[in-house]
Amino acid sequence: MGHLLQRNWRTLVLFIPFFWLLLFFLAPFFIVLKISLAESVIASPPFTPMIEWVDEGIMNIRVVIDNFAYLWEDDLYAKTYLNSLKISSISTILCLLIGYPMAYAIVRSSHTTKHILLMLVILPFWTSFLLRVYAWMGLLADQGTINNLLIAIGIIDEPIRMLYTPFAVYIGIVYTYVPFMILPLYANMEKLDWILLEAAADLGAKPMTTFFTVTLPMTLPGIVAGSLLVFIPATGEFVIPDLLGGGNVLMIGRILYNEFNANIDWPVASAVAIALLLLLVLPMMLYQHIQAKQTEAE
Amino acid sequence: MNNGKQSRFLFTMTCFGLAFLYVPMILLVFYSFNKSRIVPVWGGFSTKWYGVLFESKEVGEAIVLSLKVATVNATFAMILGTLAGLALVRFGRFKGRTLFTGMISAPLVMPEVITGLSLLLLFITLNEFIGWPSSRGFTTITIAHITFSMAYVAVIIQSRLTGMAQDLEEAAQDLGAKPFRVLVDITLPLLAPGMLAGWLLAFTLSLDDLIIASFVSGPGAVTLPMLIYSRIRLGLRPDINALATIIILVVAIGVLVAAWIMFRQQKQRELELKMSEET
Repeated sequence: MGHLLQRNWRTLVLFIPFFWLLLFFLAPFFIVLKISLAESVIASPPFTPMIEWVDEGIMNIRVVIDNFAYLWEDDLYAKTYLNSLKISSISTILCLLIGYPMAYAIVRSSHTTKHILLMLVILPFWTSFLLRVYAWMGLLADQGTINNLLIAIGIIDEPIRMLYTPFAVYIGIVYTYVPFMILPLYANMEKLDWILLEAAADLGAKPMTTFFTVTLPMTLPGIVAGSLLVFIPATGEFVIPDLLGGGNVLMIGRILYNEFNANIDWPVASAVAIALLLLLVLPMMLYQHIQAKQTEAE
Repeated sequence: MNNGKQSRFLFTMTCFGLAFLYVPMILLVFYSFNKSRIVPVWGGFSTKWYGVLFESKEVGEAIVLSLKVATVNATFAMILGTLAGLALVRFGRFKGRTLFTGMISAPLVMPEVITGLSLLLLFITLNEFIGWPSSRGFTTITIAHITFSMAYVAVIIQSRLTGMAQDLEEAAQDLGAKPFRVLVDITLPLLAPGMLAGWLLAFTLSLDDLIIASFVSGPGAVTLPMLIYSRIRLGLRPDINALATIIILVVAIGVLVAAWIMFRQQKQRELELKMSEET
């Protein structure tokens, strides 16, 4: 046994994780694809089989693209897709506007401050995501902290409706994902050659010019990586629109969840999943490409 | 010149950003001591919501289930992720490498709703054909969590291995150690800190997951995030504030202890370096 292990350990090291991923990561996608091409029926499982044996030896393959046609024709889905893209794009830009100066400040600060600031940015990661979203419910509610404060100091008489609006969803996404923007930016900026900035200044470039011609192009890989890390998960987000957006904010992750759990329409839910995947496959590949290039460079 | 203005701007932005991150959490803790049932309206100091929280049997059961899932998940994810990281960095080219690389990094960016849905459909299909898993709960949630956690561990191990000097391993090999012995006696001990970091990350990821667990769980198996979600969907609840306070406290202590240990180690190393320079 020990001898066998010694000789075949390389195969074993590779085989175990490979097999696990084939079974629990790749195979499920083919099942989703298969079910997205089936028809919904009231039965258990609630969809038609793809392959049926009609008579002896006669196989009936049944592929239905109705679900995708349905997504295409029904306005609701198109609108939801566009709305998801809009919300995640705007949130990504907001994260960049907040995260970029923070990452820059962290990189430029002294050794000890740098570590404290980095820890402060990472710390929220380790606390519950759900509870951080919940915290904003308390802040934004009609009877919430912000409205109470504004009424107490006399700026408004009636509470402003913030919870269960798109505004709350933007706040929630930016709040949750801004560390995902800061960390790749920080990692990128830390490796930069800051002497270039001094050189630009010595040669008489104005700070604005230096920023747009030197700093921004140099930090572009960090900007792209951080933006993708915000954009991809934000597009499929379910919890934030559900808890902060109420019924008014339609996002694709929510539709998928409801289609599956409330309507029990598995084929349509699977079609929504495939469509969401198609939407995100390009940004996902771009992210992997950047990561691969970075590991190579190291 | 403009340097003062620039650093003032950066300072303001950092303070603003940190306040944005921390004020909501501080308020969450603050209102957990509120006597009033209406969360954001202060009605005097009280710790009664902590009592309400601990009286609930559901909360206890959910905490136990979540901790069980997180522990088993972290252990398996650490092992599988370490193996995957080793294969990726040390095995050079092998058949199916592109597929393997893709599969190991895809879970990092995959929307959770898709992972959850696809795993549930897999479990249902498997049950139909081979009768396993006959019911959904602890096992299915743990398998689902391992699948995405191992990707994070693999990333940590990968970066550790690429940054690690190979001279110790080469020395062992030159002294006649077989590759398997080198792995067990040299490489794995060197990787231990990375594996520990991976374990901790996998543990936290599992404790934090709501969506995938809700998809692959069955009747009777409710994790802590699932319980919290089902309660806060209907609005604010002071006992959830109490729960949040406890979680934030535990995390803060954990992170501070970890930071202190790292700080001590660094000081020790600097000291040793100084001493070796002096001699």
